[in-house]
Amino acid sequence: MHAFANPTRFLKLAAAIQPWAAGLCILCFAIGIPMALVFSPPDYQQGDTVRIMYVHVPSAWMGLFAYGVMAAGSASYLIWRHAVANMIAKASAPIGAMFTALCLLTGMLWGEPMWGTPWVWDARLTSMLVLFFLYLGYMALGDAFDSPEQGDKAAAILALVGSVNLPIIKFSVDWWNSLHQPSIFSMAGVSVDTAMLAPLFLMVGAFQFYYVVVVFMRVRAQVLAAKVRAARLKRAT
Amino acid sequence: MKSFLTLISRDLRLSIRHRADTIMVAGFFAITVILFPFGIGPEPGVLERVGAGILWVTALLASLLSLDHLFSDDEQDGALDLLLTAPVAPTTVVAAKITAHWLTTGLPLTLLAPILGVTLQMPSESTAPMILALLLGTPTLSLIGAVGAALTLGARRRGVLLPLVILPLYIPVLIFGVGAIDTSGMGFNANGLFAVLGGFLLMAAALCPWATAVALRLASE
Repeated sequence: MHAFANPTRFLKLAAAIQPWAAGLCILCFAIGIPMALVFSPPDYQQGDTVRIMYVHVPSAWMGLFAYGVMAAGSASYLIWRHAVANMIAKASAPIGAMFTALCLLTGMLWGEPMWGTPWVWDARLTSMLVLFFLYLGYMALGDAFDSPEQGDKAAAILALVGSVNLPIIKFSVDWWNSLHQPSIFSMAGVSVDTAMLAPLFLMVGAFQFYYVVVVFMRVRAQVLAAKVRAARLKRAT
Repeated sequence: MKSFLTLISRDLRLSIRHRADTIMVAGFFAITVILFPFGIGPEPGVLERVGAGILWVTALLASLLSLDHLFSDDEQDGALDLLLTAPVAPTTVVAAKITAHWLTTGLPLTLLAPILGVTLQMPSESTAPMILALLLGTPTLSLIGAVGAALTLGARRRGVLLPLVILPLYIPVLIFGVGAIDTSGMGFNANGLFAVLGGFLLMAAALCPWATAVALRLASE
């Protein structure tokens, strides 16, 4: 863990993982998208609208996952001053925000024909919207200071404070009576047929690998930006 | 404990000497609530229905206004550094400042709300629940707000940043606060909702002073 606090060593590892992650991402998309959009059976109630789920569920999952990574990275930055963990947290924020926005948008597109309304103010939708604003707050706070380090620390604390929202989102559909479907994975087993589950898993995998690829790209960009900044400061003095 | 009380009395004395700040918050609360009957129209049925929501949202914004100078006044004159290096736990300092903040904003708002509720034609049965809900909810707002105020200390464009950071965290309090008033106003048992509000308060009281103290220490480094 601490061995990778050295950005150079981390980048070496990242460079080794990245092509594999990119390949798996493309592979999952290549099989997953045709399966999800063409070959999987339409739902007996929802018809072809169910295919929105293959984008909606993975993006919801990634919205939560990216926040989890962000909170964990922020915690290790605050506790151990782990510089790379902070870079990963900072890199996760815009990706997570986009996934959350995608989840909300696809949910609205699906809700319009299915629920008869694109939006209801229930626990799951509201907490997802709060998650989106938490991402925005994190990014805005990180950029608002003259010293980047102070911004990083303030944003890291905010990420930890906001992480109380994660379990609320996860369990919202179990705790409250909601218009939203209950989770398809529960203690009692999986409530979806294999013909739909396989493309869903492929899409989740594709999104996950996409996230890995983009996070590593963004971390590399941050390291390079820091180097450029240091070099410029050196030349100026 | 003694230093806690000393710190509270210091902040209270400061706010008495700058009375305008406290009065401004209460004034903002009153005038914003009064705008709604003009905006929505004075029909009794409508105002009665949305009254609890108006009061809560406005109380939320009013407490946000006063958070701006919760720590920044002390930071600018250097008192904050002295308080943090004093032989008192930083969490005690923070807890005292939050308590004083609540006494000068949350409490006046709670006392003002029933009067404004009457102008919104809210039923008299919802007065007692309203006071209870605000008593449980507004300290939570001060606690969460203190974290945001400490985090944004020294940031650029602080006025815009503070709401963006804090308001998402206020939403649960708003939902259950309005729910508690509305449910008991309609004559149902709202004990569960009040319990949730109390739970938020306890959780915030346990976590927020600590998070605020960490944020202040980082900001003053």
